[in-house]
Amino acid sequence: MTSYFPEGDELQKFVKRRRQKGLIWRSLFLLATTLGVIVLMVLLVTIINDSMGYAAVAYKIAPDELVVGFYRGMMLDAPRAQTYTDLDDLARALAGNPNAVGLLDPAAFQAHADILRQVQVAGGDLSGVVVAVSKDNDWVQNVTILELTPLFTVAETWSDVRPGWPDAPVHRALPEAGSPALDAFVTQVYGDDPAEQPIEALLAMLAQHRSAGALRQFVAEKPLALRTQEEVLAILEEQVLEPTVVETWSLYESLFDRAAIKEAAAGMPDAHLEFRRWITWDFITSPQSSQPEYAGVRTAILGSLWVVFITLIFAVPVGIGAAIYLEEYGSGSWLDQLIETNINNLAGVPSIIYGMLGLAVFVRALGPLTSGAIFGVGDPTTSNGRTILSAGLTLGLLILPIIIINAREAIRAVPQAFREASLGLGATKWQTIWHHVLPNAIPGILTGSILAISRAFGETAPLIVVGASTAIFLDPSGPFSKFTTLPIQIYQWTARPQAAFQNLAAAAIIVLLALLLALNAFAIYLRNRYAVRY
Amino acid sequence: MSPHASTEMAPDLRKQRRWGETAIHALLFLFATLSILTTAGIVIVLFSQALRFFARPEVNLWAFLTDSAWQPQIDRFGIMVLVIATLITSVIAMIVAIPLGMMIAIYLSEYASPRTRNTLKPILEVLAGIPTVVYGYFALTFMTPLLQGLIGKDVVEIFNVAAAGIVIGILILPLVTSMAEDALSAVPDLLREAAYGLGATRLETALKVVTPAALSGLAAAFIVAVSRAIGETMIVAIAAGAGPRNFDSWSDAFHNLAIFNPFKAAETMTGHIVRISGGDISYESIDYDSLFAIGLTLFLITFALNLISRRVVKRFREVY
Repeated sequence: MTSYFPEGDELQKFVKRRRQKGLIWRSLFLLATTLGVIVLMVLLVTIINDSMGYAAVAYKIAPDELVVGFYRGMMLDAPRAQTYTDLDDLARALAGNPNAVGLLDPAAFQAHADILRQVQVAGGDLSGVVVAVSKDNDWVQNVTILELTPLFTVAETWSDVRPGWPDAPVHRALPEAGSPALDAFVTQVYGDDPAEQPIEALLAMLAQHRSAGALRQFVAEKPLALRTQEEVLAILEEQVLEPTVVETWSLYESLFDRAAIKEAAAGMPDAHLEFRRWITWDFITSPQSSQPEYAGVRTAILGSLWVVFITLIFAVPVGIGAAIYLEEYGSGSWLDQLIETNINNLAGVPSIIYGMLGLAVFVRALGPLTSGAIFGVGDPTTSNGRTILSAGLTLGLLILPIIIINAREAIRAVPQAFREASLGLGATKWQTIWHHVLPNAIPGILTGSILAISRAFGETAPLIVVGASTAIFLDPSGPFSKFTTLPIQIYQWTARPQAAFQNLAAAAIIVLLALLLALNAFAIYLRNRYAVRY
Repeated sequence: MSPHASTEMAPDLRKQRRWGETAIHALLFLFATLSILTTAGIVIVLFSQALRFFARPEVNLWAFLTDSAWQPQIDRFGIMVLVIATLITSVIAMIVAIPLGMMIAIYLSEYASPRTRNTLKPILEVLAGIPTVVYGYFALTFMTPLLQGLIGKDVVEIFNVAAAGIVIGILILPLVTSMAEDALSAVPDLLREAAYGLGATRLETALKVVTPAALSGLAAAFIVAVSRAIGETMIVAIAAGAGPRNFDSWSDAFHNLAIFNPFKAAETMTGHIVRISGGDISYESIDYDSLFAIGLTLFLITFALNLISRRVVKRFREVY
């Protein structure tokens, strides 16, 4: 015996050393566990971080320029509007005509305060610009913002603006286009955001910037009277403003590194900095588009739902049936054992192999069936079998082992006494299963099936092999349509080099995770609601 | 009804043929055999298409196994460059997942209170429920920039094997953890109590008594994890690179161990299948046939690993 066990003081040290070692490792184990949780957090934070933030957007015409330019044009084209390069000339001309109203900057007004009178604007004076009339004008004391619009654009006579005023023609004295006073007036009276403009103004802007032909086509699609302001705004944005996202920044950068972003944006000509949430209601309801500004996930969500629906109606009944057979009818023969081993092995086959099986069997060999050609309902463009039906069946085979394994466990958990009692009362085997085993096993079976379905929902690789379409802009209309799904959309956007598509991918990931979360929450709810303990 | 009548009825009922019952039995049996058909389908499809590939004049099996490049354009079909890339990502994944997974499993099974365990396990299950395409996005937009920041942009390429491997490790971490924890929890408390009784600390009990007793289950967990890592597709398709790392000859490949450099792009078996089948390929092309040869290789490797894991569990299981 060479082993040696310490005694006395040495024993104390020995025990202490071992305890210390234990403590160190314990902290290491805890650290590892924390790391696992941290990784999950980092994953989620990364995605949220990419789903919103500043974006530098370049417009063909900037939105504020569009609005300001439109109203400026209207003012300058108004009847009896006179523009002056020199504000002193303007002030003198204005003073000499009691029927005139004019705009000038505060400094110029101060210089001629002896011959001009400022008109008070109800609801607070404008800044950077003064509305003025001649000292000889004795009727205008104040105007409202609403009265300013006709006063400077369409009104022929003063009485058109306010009934109490005289029937004299309105003369307008304006600074020339591009002067700060005029722009200050336009932005404060009309605003510079297209979204705030009335539909008539938006249509006029559209007419101004689009050819008459394009406008006629727009009217032919849907009469103007039926259009909402939002629709016209969307058309205006798409056809006149034509935004393109030049560069994007993450939420973190947008919050803590704003100076650098502003500097970078200043270096880009025509680029406007906007804070953009990539995940919006429009994003969820818009179809796929090749432009990141308009791309949405509706097509992909519908594709996913269709594919999962096919998977569901194929795999769940078959999986439950197989589980019932193995648990209730199986006699342990060599064939039953082979089936059992086989199911366990299938669960370990990489998903992409199922994709290759689907490609060879459903897409090629059964092409006439899966393209709908033999039913005569197929879309002629998809007669090659790369359809929702093929994808759904492929995913069905993929999740079949999972459903079977889960359903078997749920069926096994039903106490034997239930079966014996039922058989003892003279029920047949199927009556026993249908009326006693299945109702008691169904919560477990459903939970397992929902988890399997959520696996199918997130599956990407087999669907790429089966032939999800790379670019599809039409919503799927049935099992024989071409398709794309949400994970495939994410994959394609991630693979694009432009920054904006990465943000779209992050937004689509949030949609995907939210849908999966809802599915899983439903499964947990079922488990808790119907779980029975024997 | 007299008792006499009922005893007369009983034998009649038992003899009665119940066609409905038989039909249901047959239908359920059919459903169960569908799984065998699936396996048969996989084997037949992979073998027959791969055979077509090998029957082509420009392909030969020896070159397939030994060539140092996969360049279908010039008829070079060396599967080893794809296999080696797969092995690198898998090894990196296991370097991440096994120590971390073991440590988490030991913590959950041997140290954590039931309450802590019930909080932590669902969190790890969430990690397991996230689709792999999301991990792919994570690898490209988080892990790669992180590696570039830590090691240097001139060393780490935008598409690289290391980021993909690490994220695959994160992906299979919940799998390793839950299988390892099951194996550890299955060890009877008797063994732990005996160890404590002899004066062992908790760490000594965990590492020297419980872990060896659970070895078969742990080994099976690791093998299943390796098989999962090898078959993982989307992460490598997004983050590892869009082309095989080819070499003119093996001496080039091993010069400075260039073929093993984890910070450069490479394409794995699964990544190649996804990229090639993502475009519209003709069913008559050699590319299409080659996919099935790669698929067959992949299937055989993962199938062998799954078989081994089953054997390991059967053979080395300690029975208490």
